[in-house]
Amino acid sequence: MNSFMRFVPLLIVSSIFIVFLLMMGGERNPKEIKSVLIGKPVPAFSLPTLQEGEAPLTEAALKTGKPILVNFFASWCAPCRAEHDNLMYLAHEKGISIIGIAYKDTPEKSAAFLAELGTPFTNVAQDQEGRAGIDWGITGVPETFLVSGDGIIRYRHWGPIVGDGLEKRLLPKLEEIQ
Amino acid sequence: MRVVIIAFSLLVASAFSGASFAVAVDDKPLVDPAQEAAARALMKEIRCLVCQNQSIEDSNADLAKDLRHLVRERVSAGDTAAEVRAFLVARYGDWVLLEPPFNQMTLFLWGSPFLILLLVVVGVYSAGKKSTSEPLSRTEKARIKKLLKGGDVT
Repeated sequence: MNSFMRFVPLLIVSSIFIVFLLMMGGERNPKEIKSVLIGKPVPAFSLPTLQEGEAPLTEAALKTGKPILVNFFASWCAPCRAEHDNLMYLAHEKGISIIGIAYKDTPEKSAAFLAELGTPFTNVAQDQEGRAGIDWGITGVPETFLVSGDGIIRYRHWGPIVGDGLEKRLLPKLEEIQ
Repeated sequence: MRVVIIAFSLLVASAFSGASFAVAVDDKPLVDPAQEAAARALMKEIRCLVCQNQSIEDSNADLAKDLRHLVRERVSAGDTAAEVRAFLVARYGDWVLLEPPFNQMTLFLWGSPFLILLLVVVGVYSAGKKSTSEPLSRTEKARIKKLLKGGDVT
């Protein structure tokens, strides 16, 4: 008993060490807040589109029977520029429909942003007040949601889709539900 | 020295009150003072999701501003504090509350102080038990007697 007790402090310290090491490694981002919307239906919304004269975009547009991406972006957001090429790739090479939601931006600036970089979006809605953003639980832009054909949110990509994010995180999730 | 301390603490106090004042006035307060007080109390409980360790009342972030606006809106629409909290938790999860609620996920968090207390009590109790040794045998008593007399015990 006594000889075992001598090793208890060492055991405690080394187990704490291992826990910290595991927390540091891997894909984990401590700033990322887990979305509570995974597995839930998309929140209801009705937002004006970027194109004038069109009917407002609602959550019904997300229930297409095929997986769809919802991308919150803004012209004032630098990481959105960084992920733009990957969105173009998803839309034009992979044939995924992407709905863009222009978060807290003017329609003129959003249109100029898309005119400059090209548009990966099948439709763009405007969330000038940021209210839809709150309903989707976003904490900033860009954030991208993967919605299955029945309108259930399956995955939320926090931050720009760059580097390993596309191949290792988004695409596997997409294949999973396809 | 005392004057310096008082001057410094006044400076610190004024800096803090100035900062919180600056954030609080960027939105229109509610007309009803009771509702405004309720909204302000709620803002102190809601975490800013951008700066993460500030409440939305203390934060200058855009999202915090939007959430302050939202809290005021819900309160003036007649929502109770619990309803406003539930509204935000449904969107951002329990993490949006600065004080984690007691549920299955936080059982260990809230229970750990009691667990540690229990461990300490058990530890102290068992250590106290160990020190009570058996009574001395006859030969040991004889040895002590010899020692006290200053004799050689080897």
